[in-house]
Amino acid sequence: MTDLRRTMLFLPGNNPGMLQNGGIFGADSLILDLEDAVAPAEKDTARLLVAHALREIDYSGSETVVRINTLDTFGKQDIRAIVPCRPAALLVPKVQTADDIRAIAAEIAAAERPGQAPVGIIALIETPRGLAEAYPIATASSRMLALAFGAEDYTAALGAQRTKEGSEILNARAALVNAAAAAGIQSIDTPFTDVNDETGLVADTAFAKQLGFKGKLTINPRQIDSIHTVFNPSIKEIDWAERVMQAIRQAEAEGSGVASLDGKMVDAPIVNRAERTLYLADLLGLRKVGKA
Amino acid sequence: MKNRLNREIPENIEGYGKVRPFAGAFATEPDMLRQAPAVKRIIPGEGKLLTSLEAVFKKINIADGMTLSFHHHFRNGDGVVNQVLAVAAKLGLKNLRVALSSIFPVHQPLIEHIKSGVVTALDTNYMSGPVAEAVSQGILAQPVVLRTHGGRARAIECGQLKIDVAFIAAPAADEYGNVNGVQGPTACGSLGYALPDAEYADYVVAVTDYLVEYPLSPVSIPQTRVDYVVTVDQVGDPKGIVSGTTRITKEPVGLKIADTAARVIQAAGLIKDGFSFQTGAGGASLATAHFVRKMMVESKVTGSFALGGITGYMVEMLEQGLFKKLIDVQGFDLDAIRSIAANPNHLEVSAGYYASPYNKGCAVNKLDVVILGATEIDTDFNVNVVTASGGLIMGGSGGHSDAAAGAKVTIVVASLLRGRLPIIMDQVLTATTPGETIDVLVTERGIAVNPRRPELKEQLLSAGLPVKDIQELKLLAEKIAGVPVPVVTGERIVAVVEYRDGTVIDVVRQTRR
Repeated sequence: MTDLRRTMLFLPGNNPGMLQNGGIFGADSLILDLEDAVAPAEKDTARLLVAHALREIDYSGSETVVRINTLDTFGKQDIRAIVPCRPAALLVPKVQTADDIRAIAAEIAAAERPGQAPVGIIALIETPRGLAEAYPIATASSRMLALAFGAEDYTAALGAQRTKEGSEILNARAALVNAAAAAGIQSIDTPFTDVNDETGLVADTAFAKQLGFKGKLTINPRQIDSIHTVFNPSIKEIDWAERVMQAIRQAEAEGSGVASLDGKMVDAPIVNRAERTLYLADLLGLRKVGKA
Repeated sequence: MKNRLNREIPENIEGYGKVRPFAGAFATEPDMLRQAPAVKRIIPGEGKLLTSLEAVFKKINIADGMTLSFHHHFRNGDGVVNQVLAVAAKLGLKNLRVALSSIFPVHQPLIEHIKSGVVTALDTNYMSGPVAEAVSQGILAQPVVLRTHGGRARAIECGQLKIDVAFIAAPAADEYGNVNGVQGPTACGSLGYALPDAEYADYVVAVTDYLVEYPLSPVSIPQTRVDYVVTVDQVGDPKGIVSGTTRITKEPVGLKIADTAARVIQAAGLIKDGFSFQTGAGGASLATAHFVRKMMVESKVTGSFALGGITGYMVEMLEQGLFKKLIDVQGFDLDAIRSIAANPNHLEVSAGYYASPYNKGCAVNKLDVVILGATEIDTDFNVNVVTASGGLIMGGSGGHSDAAAGAKVTIVVASLLRGRLPIIMDQVLTATTPGETIDVLVTERGIAVNPRRPELKEQLLSAGLPVKDIQELKLLAEKIAGVPVPVVTGERIVAVVEYRDGTVIDVVRQTRR
């Protein structure tokens, strides 16, 4: 298992077919959903199904995350039933404050079995208050893995019109990426809701990557390949990163303290970015292709 | 006795006759002459036009025990079979054999004709719906003969399916018997499956509701083979004949399978100039064409031809220059009809040209790749497309066995789990297509390559594709769904499954209530 979360695919927790097949699409993470996808009358069924799925189904390399309900509705029951089934993390909806996270973390700790790997938390930020508190939320618990952005509820709360190009959420996206980065955790972008618009999906994902997001919530398996392609380092990026590392090695060999590439100084942030690019390229087996 | 696939088959089947056991896909050679119908003439001034089906029966003197044939180009919109048999019943005929290339739910009235003894034998390539169910439950005293599309053409050409009267539903005809499938309200495109009947039947009757001025053009079935033309109010319901536009599935598991199947074709090195391809119109099969098309565009490849049942999707690929020709035995939608009517590179061919194993070369022999479905597949790669999990007949080979035998690479696409059931088993209930002609099974959870194709397995592995042993895939499915309890059938044989060469590959036994 890696810390890649380029795609986090929602699977309705009350749909046995989707739960059974969720692992075949190659998403980095699967979000088994007990919240919005499930009607109140079906919460119990879905909880049982998801718990069973976590215990029985081989998700072949995809990380398993469960979106629980808020604590004031079915959240406590969800945590008690789900945490012992060893999901990698819980996706917590409508997080408003750091206290929300601390309350969830306490419930998780109470439900974990001895010796169980700690269950992480991904906070879904989908209210103006949650966004305003994003950094305290991101740092509220050592279980925090990422902040995820839910733009539909957020814009509804603002009273803003949601558009495909997303100018209304530009500030929110940037603020969320910044809060997550400041806390040293990942940021995951809002889903692209028009599943038939592949071009739009690619453009929206490329923009999210440009802003600094590390992945995107994914609502249809058909979106996975496009999102991965955008988040994967491009051949050009891999080539650049290799040249950066080559320049560093050359400077070291020449005993020079300062490396340069194409007339520009290669400093620590550049090296960090190059290393991250090559790390991803190796993880995804892209370097051979890059050289070919 | 046991045939090559280890299937227990009687040496003689009552109502069918002596069995020639399946011995291998190309093991049985032809040893007969072609069928020759009587030579007839029409002298100047003699007409062919009749105004009722009853008049046809009287003119030909259709008698008890005769074989009447029909094509299935009207699919579930067919009106001709029911009208003809209603006349037969009215005239008190008995013991007719109905040779209808495929039987659909619309043919439900057949059940009454069977009960009343008007029809006592069926010969077909595919059956679904109430008739198939009734047959499975044993409504007929003698077994249905289930053939392949190529096998039916072979049986007609070689005199094993002797047709007394071919009733040819004709979308357009003239009074002298020229017929095509591209004009009129029931236009269905290619008339490929009717062509052997028209060529070899003792009497050929064109049944139409769209009579045009002589001479009709274009001509698919020529006046030289047609005895009578009869007009009826309606030959069929256009809504059941063609669909508007055939669309690619959005079902994610089907798309995943299709994407993988396309990668198999690419890894086998077949996406190159001259590529030839056949795929079905449904689900993952057609979606494979979508992914293959993307690869062809990216690699700037021009294919040679696409074959088989033709959809608008294939027409688009022809018009886009991705294929040079379409070879069309059956059209599925309005675009296929529009194209075959207008485009000289869209060829109408007979079932024999398409797939008969006993002529001097059929089109499936020239295929690089065919994509096929499966209801069940066993660990020897034998495929069942005849019976459902409960033993009921719900299909038939159609062109399945033919294309599998012909293509260089035959790919079966199927979900590893169908509903709650694994599709891989130790032995399929009904063997339809022999495993020796199946090369690759593509499922959503991995690929299995027939051990007969080690070089292909290597190619797929080096392309990084998820190749597994078929046993491993079977266990994977059983781990999720459990091991299904085998179906227990009765003893009585309700259908004889003929391989394309006329040998018996399996039998279907009566279902137990």
